[in-house]
Amino acid sequence: MKKEFNIIANLIKKDSKVLDVGCGDGQLMKYIYENITKDIRGLEISKKNVQKCIEKGLTVIEGDAEKDLKQFPISSFDYVILSQTLQAFLDPENVINELLRIGKKAIVTIPNFGYWKVRMHLLLKGTMPVTKNLPDEWYNTPNLHMCTIKDFENYCNKKKITINSSNLNFQNIFSELGIFLIEK
Amino acid sequence: MNKSEKVKNLIIDKPLKLDCGKTIVNFPLAYETYGQLNEKRDNAILAFHALTGDQFATGINPITKKEGWWSYVLGPGKAIDTNKYFVICANVIGGCMGSYGPSNINPENSKPFGTNFPVITINDMVNAQYHLLEFFKIDKLFSVVGGSMGGMQVLQFVSNFPNKSKTAIPIACTASHSAQNIALNELGRQSIMADHNWSNGFYGENKKLPDKGLAVARMAAHITYLSKKGLQEKFGRKLQERDDLKFSFDADFQIESYLRYQGSVFVDRFDANSYLYITRAMDYFDLTKQFNGNLSKAFEKSETKFFIISFTSDWLYPTSENRDIVIALNAIGKDVGFAEITSDKGHDSFLLDVPDFLNAVKNFLNTSYYKKI
Repeated sequence: MKKEFNIIANLIKKDSKVLDVGCGDGQLMKYIYENITKDIRGLEISKKNVQKCIEKGLTVIEGDAEKDLKQFPISSFDYVILSQTLQAFLDPENVINELLRIGKKAIVTIPNFGYWKVRMHLLLKGTMPVTKNLPDEWYNTPNLHMCTIKDFENYCNKKKITINSSNLNFQNIFSELGIFLIEK
Repeated sequence: MNKSEKVKNLIIDKPLKLDCGKTIVNFPLAYETYGQLNEKRDNAILAFHALTGDQFATGINPITKKEGWWSYVLGPGKAIDTNKYFVICANVIGGCMGSYGPSNINPENSKPFGTNFPVITINDMVNAQYHLLEFFKIDKLFSVVGGSMGGMQVLQFVSNFPNKSKTAIPIACTASHSAQNIALNELGRQSIMADHNWSNGFYGENKKLPDKGLAVARMAAHITYLSKKGLQEKFGRKLQERDDLKFSFDADFQIESYLRYQGSVFVDRFDANSYLYITRAMDYFDLTKQFNGNLSKAFEKSETKFFIISFTSDWLYPTSENRDIVIALNAIGKDVGFAEITSDKGHDSFLLDVPDFLNAVKNFLNTSYYKKI
């Protein structure tokens, strides 16, 4: 977890303005707040997590990323982070468009469905993959739109979204997680 | 009981121009304080009360002998911790706990003002209370807090004085009184005015008070402070000290008896004309309109850090109206947090023991105070 935080934090310029969409209990926000920029806030749908963010002294807005991103004006943040929640949205394409509208840059991380362990699981067991990163069964998973690193890259190419991945060297088969810095 | 000995008064000698056009001067503002102002004078919180509240926010109210209206929230070790913070709370002008209001004596005829008292607004209330900062030599408050009409005052305060508070917590409120809000207030006012004793507002003279009208106003309002689920769970169809219906218009049901009781105790502590004036001030409140339809403009100059709170079962000032304030602040990139607290206790939740609410207020205040920015 810490390693992922580090990679994301390193993509963010000091003292820039950041929104963490689906910020959870605020762990990543706290890390960025303490190390990179004080000008960070989160959007979170879970009431329990909202309370945890407030406990940490973080600015958090209770809300739903699929509905509540539209209140932010164009380019109102230097970076918008979406950490491992893209696959859980009903309409991920709309969410990506919103991220790129309100953020000058967006940092998107995805659990990689092309990771070798995931591939092996399906190949050998013939059941939907259950791994440390994807712990749910097919019938109770919140993940509606799983994709692979390659899928996400193809999507960005198709939609003319620039992937600024100079410092990210992730490969589809060996990475559990894809981390992308994108802009339009 | 000598009320004047128990009420601290600040006489405001600077003229205050009211929204109605009249100017008032040398008028009393009753206040109370809790906790100690520290040496740096940076730990002061101004708490605003709601429609029927007063300056006695916590502990035993020396006039009514009842617990203060914010005893769950404010006090030593509480969410707003008076061991840490210096809290000031004033009775709004138009009120009846010592501040300038319709029951004050009109020097022109030595009789209570009654309905000759000028119509006041939330803006007037806030402008009057601003003098407390000067009085206590506080350059910048640490926070302004309040629920319901208190929340409206928070919004108006930050708008009027953008850099006079580090943080702001408007709770269960709105930036603009809705048609439904106005309708419910009008119901209360008409109930008071329908009481023969009201006498067009000049009831002080014959000593007969419009208690029945005021009690009905309170009963109706009280229903709006609770949720349907909360009422059903607390009262259901339970009968009041009887085994069967009496086939009469007595209070057969516990809910009837409860409302009658709420009405009867309210008239002992509240003035009917104050009820008219304060509900009117709420109805006139429309911060969005003050800024030509753009609520964001109200906060443009503000550097205040906001934390807005609503409650799931509050249908009087629902989450959507609180969220409108959040949206207006986000539209101009201001620092705003927002939480909707789960509670079955309706609008009244902001006065009650709702742990998630109390924790949120406590954590927001304490982390904001100690944060080094």
